[in-house]
This record gives sequence, C-alpha cells and structure tokens, in this order.
Amino acid sequence: MNKQLPELMFLKSRDGKEGCSLSAPEIADDLCVLAADKLRKDIADFPQLSEVEIVRHYTNLAHLNYSVDAGFYPLGSCTMKYNPKINEKIANQPEWNAHPYSPIHLVQGNLEIMKSLEELLMKITAMAAFTLTPAAGAHGELTGLRVIRDYLTDKGDARKIVLIPDSAHGTNPASSVLCGYQTKEIPSNENGILEVETLKKHLDKDVAALMITNPNTLGIFEKNIVEIARVLHENGSLLYMDGANMNAFMGIAKPGDLGADVIHLNLHKTFATPHGGGGPGSGPVGVAKDLVKFLPVPIITHEGKEYKVRYHNESGSNRVKNFYGNFLVIIRALVYLLELGKENIRQVAEDAVLNANYIRKKLEPYLDLPYKSKSLHEVIFSDKGLTVKTLDIAKRILDYGMHPFTIYFPLIVHGAMMIEPTETESKETLDQFIDIMIKILDEAKKDPAFVQGAPYSTPVTRLDEVMAAKQLILRWKPAATQTN
Amino acid sequence: MRYLPLTETEREEMRKTIGIKETKELFSDIPKDKSYFSLADLPSALSESELLEKFKEIGRKNIFPGFLSFLGAGAYQHFIPELVNFLSNKSEFLTPYTPYQPEVSQGSLQGMFEYQTMMAQLTGMDIANSSLYDGGTAAAEGIVLALKKSKKQHILIAGNIHPEYIEIMQTYIKYLDYKMDLVPFDPQSGKLKLAELEGKIDQDTAGFIFQSPNFFGVVEEGKQISAMLHSKNSYSIQIVTEALSLAFLVPPGENDVDLVVGEAQSFGLSLGFGGPYLGFIAAKSEFLRQMPGRFVGQTLDSKGNRGYVLTLSTREQHIKRERATSNICTNEAWCAFRAGIYLATMGKKGLQSIAKTNHLNTAYFVKEVSKLNNVKVKYQKDYYNEVVLEVQNGKTDDFLKKLEAKKILAGIPLHWFYPDQKNTILVNFTEIHRKKDIDQLVQAIGEIK
Amino acid sequence: MSTKDLKFTEKHEWASVNGNIATFGITDYAQHQFGDIVFIELPAMGKSFSKGAACANIESVKAVADMYAPVSGEVTEINSSLENAPEQINKEPYGAGWVCKVKMAAAAELDSLMDESAYENYVKSVEEK
Repeated sequence: MNKQLPELMFLKSRDGKEGCSLSAPEIADDLCVLAADKLRKDIADFPQLSEVEIVRHYTNLAHLNYSVDAGFYPLGSCTMKYNPKINEKIANQPEWNAHPYSPIHLVQGNLEIMKSLEELLMKITAMAAFTLTPAAGAHGELTGLRVIRDYLTDKGDARKIVLIPDSAHGTNPASSVLCGYQTKEIPSNENGILEVETLKKHLDKDVAALMITNPNTLGIFEKNIVEIARVLHENGSLLYMDGANMNAFMGIAKPGDLGADVIHLNLHKTFATPHGGGGPGSGPVGVAKDLVKFLPVPIITHEGKEYKVRYHNESGSNRVKNFYGNFLVIIRALVYLLELGKENIRQVAEDAVLNANYIRKKLEPYLDLPYKSKSLHEVIFSDKGLTVKTLDIAKRILDYGMHPFTIYFPLIVHGAMMIEPTETESKETLDQFIDIMIKILDEAKKDPAFVQGAPYSTPVTRLDEVMAAKQLILRWKPAATQTN
Repeated sequence: MRYLPLTETEREEMRKTIGIKETKELFSDIPKDKSYFSLADLPSALSESELLEKFKEIGRKNIFPGFLSFLGAGAYQHFIPELVNFLSNKSEFLTPYTPYQPEVSQGSLQGMFEYQTMMAQLTGMDIANSSLYDGGTAAAEGIVLALKKSKKQHILIAGNIHPEYIEIMQTYIKYLDYKMDLVPFDPQSGKLKLAELEGKIDQDTAGFIFQSPNFFGVVEEGKQISAMLHSKNSYSIQIVTEALSLAFLVPPGENDVDLVVGEAQSFGLSLGFGGPYLGFIAAKSEFLRQMPGRFVGQTLDSKGNRGYVLTLSTREQHIKRERATSNICTNEAWCAFRAGIYLATMGKKGLQSIAKTNHLNTAYFVKEVSKLNNVKVKYQKDYYNEVVLEVQNGKTDDFLKKLEAKKILAGIPLHWFYPDQKNTILVNFTEIHRKKDIDQLVQAIGEIK
Repeated sequence: MSTKDLKFTEKHEWASVNGNIATFGITDYAQHQFGDIVFIELPAMGKSFSKGAACANIESVKAVADMYAPVSGEVTEINSSLENAPEQINKEPYGAGWVCKVKMAAAAELDSLMDESAYENYVKSVEEK
C-alpha cells in the first residue's frame, strides 16, 4: 500500500482529460443574454483529470489518514466515539433530500424528525425548548449568549460581563466577545472546580452570566453547581452550561435540574455523528422557560396533525443560520438516540466514565495527576517529572498505531495530556493503550532522544510548523509564479 | 448493546481495579437528588430493522419526491457524480477529528489544501480558507472582518441580498458597536442603484457588501462597485450564493473585489433540507491575519519531504481566546473536502460546461415563457440561472398551488420575504433540467386560467 | 549588547535609554517562552503609547501576546527588518531583535522599572511558581 503523499492534483492535470460525463447540450449558445465582458474567459490552472486518476488520488489520500473507524482516538474534550453505520445509511436516503423552501405540507417527515429530536433533547436535559439551527458548538455558544443578552435587554438590564472559569475552552471567551460582552476569567480551586465564594467575589450587578463547562475540561464535575446557580439567580445573572462534555452524564442528570438557564450540546460529540475531519457539526441550544421567546427562527410547531414553521419569534427573527440548520447531522443524532433508547442511554455515560477511570487508575503510578478530584469521562495527566515532553509522547504513540490524546489543554495544566476514551472502546483496547503508554514512558527513561525524534513510522515525520507559519503557502501556484 | 463493547464481567473487573463496588459511585459528585432520574418517559431501544422501518414510515410523510422542482434561492439542485459520494464517504475522510496530529492526517490536509487552491482559482482571489458554516454566516464573518480590519464603524448592505443572509448579519452585529445601513435597489432592473450607493459612502464606511448574482438572479456591476468603493477607501465585499456562477461569470477577483464570501453547496452537496452546506471566504492576501476559520499550509517534514499542517492558528480561539478573529472551531471540513472531490471530478471543462448550461436553460425558459400572456419575466437583462416571474392575474399562492397539482414546484413566492411582493416568484434552472422539463413547466403555466 | 544597563518590566520587556530616546524589546526569558517567533505586528510610526499599553503583537506557532510599552512615549523608529525576519527576536532579543524606539514622555517612569539583578531575581521567582 502506498503511504506516500500523492502528487498534487494540479501537477497531474492535462488538457483533454475528463473526470465527468456530460449530456449533450440541448440549447444553442446564442440564447446567452450576457454580454461578453460579463463572461469568464478561463479558470487558469484549474485541474483536469480522468476518473481513474481521481479515484487513485483520493484513495491514496485516504491511506494517509487515521480515523475512529481505524482505531482508538482518545482526544480529550472531543468525544471521539464510534459513528454507527446505520445512521449513515438512513441519512443518505433520498426521501429527506428536499429543498429547504419546499412547501411544508410536502416535507412533514423532515419536520417530524427535527421536532422529535428537539423533544428527546428536552427530556434528557430538562430544558424548556431547543433550537437545532446552530452549526457547531461555538455557534451554539454565540446563539445561547445572544438569547441571554436579548432576555436581559428586554428586561431593561444592560449587564456587560460574562464570567468564565480559567479551565474553559477558548470558544467561550471568543463567543462572549462576539456577543459584545466583556469577559472576566475566574480561577478554579486546587481541586479543579469553581468555589461559590470565588464566584461571589466576582459577582456584581454587571454580571450577565457565568459560562461554565460541566463536567469541566479537567473532567471534573462542578459539584457546587446547584449552589452556583442559586447565587447567580439571586444576583439576576444567568447560568450558561456548556454541554460539550454531556457524554459524561447523559441519562444520569439533567442540566435543567441543576439550574442551567442555557445549554448547548454537540451532536458531533455526544450523539455520535461523524466529525468529518473538522465538521460538519451541530450545536443545538436549549433554554429555560423565560428565554424561549428569544430563540432564533425557524421554529417548528406541531399544531393538530400538522407540523408548521414559524419565521418570526415574539422577539424577532434572531436568525443565526440559513434554512433549518444541519439537518443531515440532526437526523443521524435522532437515529442514534432511538437505537440507544431508555435501556442504554445511561450505560453510555457509565461506560464512558468507567473507561476513563480505569485508565486513570492504571496510569496513575506512572504519571503526574495534577488534580486528584473524581474524574468523570476524561482524565488529565501532566508531563511533570518526565524526561520528555507531552508532545514527544503523543508523537511516539503514533508509531504504535494509535491516535494520541489532546495535548496542552486545558491551559491551566502545564504539559497536559487529556485522555477521553469514550464508551465505545473495549477493555482490550484500553489495556493496549495503557501498555503502550507504559512502554513509551520506559523508552523515555532509557533514551529520551529516541522518543523526542518520534514518529518514525508515519507517512511524514514531524512537520516544520514554523516554516509553514512563515512561508504561508496556502495554495498551489504554477512553479514560475509561486512567490508567497 | 452493539456500540458498547464492555461485557458485564469486564465492567466488574474494572470496578475492582478502580476500587469501587458500583459504577454509580463514580458519579457521587453530582447531587444525589438530581441524579439517576427516571428514564420512563424515554422511548424504548429500537433494533436496526425497526429503525429502518420507523424511518421509512417517517419518510413516507415526505411527499416532495417525484415533483419537478425549480426551487433555488440559495440552495441549488445540481447533478452529483457518483464518484463524489463514493470517495467522500470513505470512513478515512468521514471519521477523523480535526487534523491536530498532521503526521496521520495528510489525506485530509492535502485534500483541504487542494480545495483552498481551487476556491482561490474560482474566485480569482489570493487565498481561500478551508470553510465556514454556510453562506449566511460567511457573510456575517465577512462584514465583521471588514469592520475590524478597517477600524471603521459603518457597513453598507445591499438591499437585494438574500433576505436570510441579511437577517443573519443583523443577528451577528446586533451587540457589536457597528452601524449597518441598507442600500436600496432599483425595482425596475432588480439591480443596485450605484448613484444611491455612492451617496451613502463616507469616511466611516468600512465597506459595502453586495450579492452577485443577486437574490433576484441578476448579475451586478462588480467592477464599477469596487472602483467606487476603493475611490473612497472602503472595501468591496461580494456574496456568491450560487458558486457555480464563478465558472461562467467574470470572477470577483477580476472585478477587484476585496473579499468574497458565500455558499458552495452547489459543489457536490445534496440539498439535504438545508444543511450541512459549505460557507466559504476568499480574500486578497492583506486580510490573511484577520481571517476567520482554518487554513492548511504547505511545509516540510524533518526529512525534507513535502507535508501539510493547519497554520496561522494563533488567530483562532483556542490560542487567542477573547481576542480571536472569530469563535469558529468545528466548521464544515468534510463538506469542503467533498467539494474538492466534486471540483476535481468536474474539472475545468465540465464546470464551465454545466455553468453555461444553467444559464442557457434559464434563457430558454425566458424565451418560451415570454410567449404566454399570464406571466411576465420581471428582469430580462443580465440574469444568470434564476429569474423573477410576475403572475399577471391573481396571487402567487394560488398560481403555485395549481402547478403543484401538476406535480411541479415552480418557484418560491417572494412575499415570504417581501410582504408587498404579492405576485412574484423566483424560479431557478440548473443542468438538472432537460429541455422537456422546461417545456413542461411553460406548458403548465400556459394552462393556468 | 550588554544587558547591565537595561531596565526591565514584570511583563518581560526591556528598555534601553539614550538621552530622550528609549529602545524597547522583549527579554531572553520572554522569547524562550514564545518559542519560534513567526510574526510581529509593529507599532505605527508617530503613534503614542502610555506606559503599560500594548504597542506590538508577537506571534509564535503556539502563542500570541502583546508587548507592552515599558514607559510612555511616541514611536520614532521601528525595526522593520523583523517583518521578514522575526526570528531575530529569538536569536538576539537584546540586539538585532529590538522592536521600536520612542521619544519618552515621562523619563521619570524609568524609576519604576527593574534593573538587571532585580529582574533576574524576579524571573527566578516566576519560575519557581
């Protein structure tokens, strides 16, 4: 099997090659109504390849990729669980493939799918309503924060600040700023969680909301959450609970019961839709009762026997995305939840947490564990006291044919190794991973330089990121004109 | 449960290793009275065959299949070669995460690099990123970028942009300290009034965003618009909702547009009831360090071999946090990768050929429908693959219902977006339509009394 | 360049003084923290900063941070060679890697900065944390 990068397709391109088969034209060119100066003359250097060459090109590219179908993918905070194949099969059926502006009586099935997912998500989160339109987690954050701001503005309350714990994902502060908020970082305690007293210290009448991931990015449940919610509400502030780590307690507890006013979920994490090398995702937002009227359109309702769509919420459009959101991701998540059912949904979280704790227990004798609190779905070690760095270990794991964990996040742990196995891994896989880790740590003791030189068996070795950032070659150009 | 490989014996062993009796103990940080709720109101698990039956049953409630459709307005039906499905659905492309470990992600990375290149070529711009969510959010990112880069406070927006795009832009800048002003269009031609635009540009204008072909399908005067803006030190930003038009019309780069944003669903993504689609942004290189989203860059490995990495990540939220250029993280990477496969499959000639067919089919419709008395094409000049049809007698809803009864979805009533447009519909033609389909539409329209 | 006459900030910038003109840069400790620097956004000529304000933005592959003005002043010269060769900051943080020169607005502000030995002790205390 070829493990080398194929030549760029532009270099294989030749005039006269065809990759598609076209129907003979039926309409004569002279019907064209556009003047010559409006028409394009050429698409310089655009590729032309035959079908066989295209197939080989992409098949060889496929050989260079690791994927969750190929093996263990313990990226912390990413929930790389297995993506069921029946979800793909159903999502790819032609009966969903409607135009988004089809008359709604012709697409009742599609509307039922969206409404059904909304209702299931409401049941497992205890939120009053959901919008499925946001395209990803960060998009959900922006949507949810905007709902908070609309709600407060509507009450004549112009609060300006969002509090964010120091362990948060970078999207939290970035989304807050896009919503016109100032952010204030607040520290977690030595156990890795937010204390009510710390919150109180930062709380005043200018605080619109606290945005907190629960369990947080250390994999630890914020056990003061109910009291945190109470203190916030007493101050007129809202609780935004980032549900990126919902896989840790889906079917165990409901964010709404814990006091959350707004949450977002990541269908491409907790609900098993494929991540596609960086998307598409879907980031539904759930809100408490008082905030429902600020959700973005479109809003799907069920009246009598028919599903209907509203394009105006009481507070306006608030639209965040074209059409209905990422429908084909939504349908996959629904298939997944229906296959789990009440019999398995809790087992998902239990196995995810059991797997993480098993890894923690087995690796604890070998690695520094900066926070000793109970771990839920992921465990975070550091490279403290090792002869090599986290990056080196990660690269060496590649040589053993596995994907490493998330590295250098959360930022509050120096040299973080963030391991999230998910529930879809067998004990054999976990043991294999643990053995590999122990072996690498042993290699590092004996010959640090060897580990620092890894990987050795991948299609390319360590890549020069500095050169990439300085030269900034972001597209191919014909040799003579390649300047940047 | 087939997605849960642990056996009960293994769970027991693992609990022993960890030192607990019940898995429940691991959740003891969650308040007792708020955990282990009753699951009774959730549905029971379905088997694979039950799932198939259930979704077949839901699918039967969709009765659009079999209709001859001419719906467009930002979502276009194009033919997708089987190669695109076959290659893009390989699990090596579908099931990896973001390529954070480039040594084992060169497939995705090279594919994205090639996609970036093709988008830059098609738009005629220096650079293109590796995707945004969709056309509407790309437009919003585009104006925020222009505002930040220019350090000005005011953005002008063309009135004939897709109304949903305008709504999204409004939502995005609602709580930012910027001002947004609509530039009206000429109801006679469907095109922008350039004199009116000129009057609105002032010192504080960061830029003007317009759509071409616009929402009514009409090609705008991109070159004149850009020149007018540049003379007043403002940016020219073009939205393209029908990406296929890039292969037929003078590209934004040749019109000296500064930023191009839009929707590339036309490049091999199915209609899918509206998503996932593919937002794109392409720009002159001066915007590079402020651009949202991810970029793949070419570099060398430690042995001197060519390879690819995500680069310029310091703009992104995971490093820059509250000062990031955008909050985007997960984007539409697979859609972009798939678009790359589509573009490679079509190739230059194929793309140019179908892009032309789109226009010629539309022109043929205009010619044929002009023979009827009960409708009129509103803007007869400079259209690409969509036209506005005026219904002469009666309301559009009635008109569309009569065609629906003949299993034709003739278009989108514009009163959905503009309450005063009671008698117009937007009709779209692509290479999907044969001459006989267009004839059938014209004949059906002619039969309406 | 000798570092013994330089003045240092707690944010790891340095300033050297020649009459009314101060030269700014980042310290050796700071460039180590960054790793390979790939880009710098230099201040505009003639721009005025007050002490502690962000005056340049420095990027490595994995980090981005502002450089803060050690003292107030108006920019009279920038090191534009850094635009094409930002790695000079890594190689010679106190020499070829200087960032900009300013005409000081309040030379008395220099008194609030650390001298070399105070800065060395400060770095030690930061590292121990």
